[in-house]
Amino acid sequence: MRVTLRAFIVAAGGLMVAGSSVRAESPVHRAPARASKITNPLDGNEQAPLAGAKLYARECAACHGAAGAGGGKAPALTQTEVSSAAPGTLFWVLRNGSLYRGMPSFAHLPEPQRWQIVTYLRTLRPNATAAVKPNR
Amino acid sequence: MSPANHLKRRCLLIQKQGIRAGTVRRSAWIIAGAFLLLPGSRAGEGPFFITYTHQMEEPGNLEIATKSLTGKPDGGNRFLGAATEFEYGVKAWWTTELYVDGQATGGESALFTGYRWENRFRVLPREHWINPVLYVEFENINGADKSLLEVVGHDGLDDLTTANSEARREKQREIEAKLILSSYVKGWTIAENFIAEKNIRHEPYEFGYAVGVSRPLALVATPDRCTFCRENFQVGVEVYGGLGTHAGFGLHDTSHYVAPTLGWTLANGAMFGVSPGFGLTGTSARFLLRFGVSYEIAQCGRATRRLFGNSGGSQ
Ligand code: HEC
Repeated sequence: MRVTLRAFIVAAGGLMVAGSSVRAESPVHRAPARASKITNPLDGNEQAPLAGAKLYARECAACHGAAGAGGGKAPALTQTEVSSAAPGTLFWVLRNGSLYRGMPSFAHLPEPQRWQIVTYLRTLRPNATAAVKPNR
Repeated sequence: MSPANHLKRRCLLIQKQGIRAGTVRRSAWIIAGAFLLLPGSRAGEGPFFITYTHQMEEPGNLEIATKSLTGKPDGGNRFLGAATEFEYGVKAWWTTELYVDGQATGGESALFTGYRWENRFRVLPREHWINPVLYVEFENINGADKSLLEVVGHDGLDDLTTANSEARREKQREIEAKLILSSYVKGWTIAENFIAEKNIRHEPYEFGYAVGVSRPLALVATPDRCTFCRENFQVGVEVYGGLGTHAGFGLHDTSHYVAPTLGWTLANGAMFGVSPGFGLTGTSARFLLRFGVSYEIAQCGRATRRLFGNSGGSQ
């Protein structure tokens, strides 16, 4: 009984540590809560995901893959963690990057272009080729 | 042939042909033409030639660029100074760069003038209103170098008019440090650089500055790949100059320039820049024209591994 209890405590502790480190590691979770309150000024703009797809192909695809499936150290952006993240949270990730873990900052892109990319990111789905294709 | 090899061969061709022809204008056209033929990858940096911002090279990317300068200083011959730059993103917070410099002066000679190795480190992990970057450079060039990538101390007209045969004898092994501060505000890029340079053997500390402001013509991207749309053009202005030495700090007997800049990114990602510079003091050259091309090879390491048969990554 004692052994089972100790095993349970260790396992629960382990899970908590693992859980918290996953939370701490993912840039989307690292974004401060206030970031999620900022709304996307281009919400509902029909051109935004198309322009976002073009910018994604140029700025992000080399690391995250053409359809967002991820590659090397860059995580998949098709995970629901990303598509369901608040636009303001994704905007925060693009502005700050995750410099010590290989994600560059994209603060040099003008704000409207970062919002266009955010609009596109939210269209990405798992196991699908890119929902919005950049125009040729 | 891979873009990198293609580029290397073209660069060698440019260097050889430029020197053989021995004419400034011809070298300039060859450099510009070679880059026009290159296959593209993605957009380059802002339109500045002198001022650094806190934008770092993306980790794994290699940018190859030329920065050229031509002018005809009073009392000297027309010259073309050219720096070829290889910039690599080691980490998202650390960029390293190698410059190889050369110049050709009308009626004199064309020569290799040395190399520079610089490293830039982003100090803070997050984006702020003002973002500091530390820059450290070792340069091993000779006195005939005319790429003028910074102006420090009492640099001036003399440096551009001394005959190559004499100037090349002066060795300049220097350590240079810069504090780069920069901000992005509502589409504007605003950057300030403070420079301190020291010749390893002798001579005092020399100081200089560069300040730049730029903005793209359009902040919103169009959905289509385009070459002439406004978002592809960036305009700006740079002001840079010397601030004397630790023994005589200040503006006395220093040169200063104001230079409007224009950057144009092609749909294939190559970026062209041009910047006419105007001297503001008696010790400055009256007019200098800078032009350059940059091209970025995304995820250079992965691309090279793939070239040698290791598929790596999932893209
Ligand atoms: C140089 C490679 C590289 C490039 C280019 C890059 N990223 Fe990333 N990205 C990464 C890495 C590595 C991470 C993981 C960082 C971490 O774990 O802290 C990441 C993380 C992310 C995340 C967080 C995912 C999560 O689950 O929290 C988002 C969102 C993201 N990137 C979007 C983008 C977008 C959009 C672009 C283009 C504008 C882009 N990235 C360009 C390497 C890159």
